[in-house]
Amino acid sequence: MSHARIVTLRRPRLRFGEKIYLGAIVKGFLLTLRHALRTMLGKSAGARSLNSSGMGVTMQFPEQRWDDRMPEYYRGAPALVTDEQGRERCVSCQLCEFICPPKAIHIVPEEIPADDRWSKVEKRPKEFEIDMIRCIYCGMCEEVCPEQAIYLRKDYLITGLTRADMVHDKRRLYEIGGVRTGLVNKWNELK
Amino acid sequence: MPELLPIGITLAKIVVFTFLVLLPFVPLSVYFERRFSAVIQDRVGPNRVGLPLTLLGFKHDVRLLGLVQPIADGLKLFLKEDFTPSYVRKGFFWLAPALTLVPALITVCVIPFGSDITVFGRQVSLVIADIDAGPLFVFAIASLSVYGITLAGWSSNSKFPFIGGVRSTAQMISYEISLGLSIIPVLMYYGELNLGAIVRHQAEHGWLLLPFWSGGSLSLPDAQTALFWIPAFIAFLIFTISIFAETNRMPFDLPECETELVGGYHTEYSSMKFALFFMGEYAAMVIGSALIVTLFLGGWSLGFGLDARIAELHVGGLHYGGLIHFGVFLAKLLAFILFFILVRWTVPRFRYDQLMKLGWVVFFEAALINVFLAALVLAAPDLTATATTIGAIVLAAVGAAVVWVAKVSETPATPTRA
Repeated sequence: MSHARIVTLRRPRLRFGEKIYLGAIVKGFLLTLRHALRTMLGKSAGARSLNSSGMGVTMQFPEQRWDDRMPEYYRGAPALVTDEQGRERCVSCQLCEFICPPKAIHIVPEEIPADDRWSKVEKRPKEFEIDMIRCIYCGMCEEVCPEQAIYLRKDYLITGLTRADMVHDKRRLYEIGGVRTGLVNKWNELK
Repeated sequence: MPELLPIGITLAKIVVFTFLVLLPFVPLSVYFERRFSAVIQDRVGPNRVGLPLTLLGFKHDVRLLGLVQPIADGLKLFLKEDFTPSYVRKGFFWLAPALTLVPALITVCVIPFGSDITVFGRQVSLVIADIDAGPLFVFAIASLSVYGITLAGWSSNSKFPFIGGVRSTAQMISYEISLGLSIIPVLMYYGELNLGAIVRHQAEHGWLLLPFWSGGSLSLPDAQTALFWIPAFIAFLIFTISIFAETNRMPFDLPECETELVGGYHTEYSSMKFALFFMGEYAAMVIGSALIVTLFLGGWSLGFGLDARIAELHVGGLHYGGLIHFGVFLAKLLAFILFFILVRWTVPRFRYDQLMKLGWVVFFEAALINVFLAALVLAAPDLTATATTIGAIVLAAVGAAVVWVAKVSETPATPTRA
């Protein structure tokens, strides 16, 4: 193997005009001014494709949203789903609670009473809480769930004025999650 | 009783110009800094904060293009914890922020904001102190602000502020020389150190950089004025760039460059103490712009021979032309501040050795030669042609010699290996 050739780079020889660089500075002014002008006219590069508000490439949030262009794989707030019979899919196996990296999920399992319609099925969660301050939207709970009961939905505006507001209880989780019909192949398009 | 009236007028002028013009200009330039930089970077910038009418039960807020944002910023700084680290030298630590702001506020007193207003037969000039040493006074006082920065760096008793303070001292001392030298041609041209008189001269005979009218009518400048434009423009360049260095603005903001020194000299400051540094920087920028506008760009003069007509405008005994001139001055000031901001977002920061080289090797010599060039142009009518030619040749020779010395003393760049 031949040893690496040493290449000596010469600094470029600058002409006088380049050395006093006033011309370059004026060029820079024109460049920044052109950006400013185009921003104010709403003609920045990419303004159209980025759905800009008419100022630069910025979309102004509460008024304008990206919701309809959200990709299928978007990971928003995790939520529980019921099936077509209105049964809770969650069987309180607590796998999601154990896998959750920030320990955001808290489940209290419960036996289903004998007089209940679904008494022959497995357990159900008595309490199911997800602390949205802790949640990192990683989707591990969705991956690990054997019953396809927890999904990451497209809700992203999770706000609250207190810490307690930010803890989603069972009722809220089902509200976000809604109904999922049929056995979905979660490794496929609805993942 | 009649002796009290002038004092009252002076006090009113101090209050109006310092607290109702200069200080509001600080948040205004912060607002423009944020909006203009945003627009340059294809963003929107703060456009939301307005009058929060919904708090008072109205249906909608008034946004006002976000003009209230600086007030919200100020309120935030007021409410933040004013934390003083245990290891600082308390006395100087407390003194430093005031020392950076106060000089900028004092220098405002020689800036002529407009032509005279006549109220009830009493002439009121729109300058707080009409002294005959305007630029010298500004330089003398503005130099004091280096104490604020140096003391802040030293008294913080930690590494980065200290480096920032030392850098700032070196930078301000270096650039003060070219700052002072660069305006000597201008002062020679006017033969006057009173800023008010300088502006009046420009209103009559054309701005220094735009000498296209004289005595109320548009006209081409005579040969001497046209020739003097060259040293005037060199002086303008050097003066403007030195003002940038003096006010620690980009591209010369080495005392506080975030990427190298965290926050530089104000790293250890928080809350209103930090805000005072911030205000001091922007107030210095406003004063610097005002000085450039006054010396080179006609101050309050609207130009094009319209000033005499404006000065005659009156309603009864009230000559309000001065107020129009006041507005013109503020507009020019704002335009120059926008230029400051444009420079900040266009030119990248200098390296420290480049900064020192620019100050000592380029600007110092250029300003010095420029003084003699201007003197030659001004003295040419009184000299014989031979003397003028000899002077020009000597000047060219000296200039070439300086360039040659600068070139020879430069260490050759070693080729980089890759």
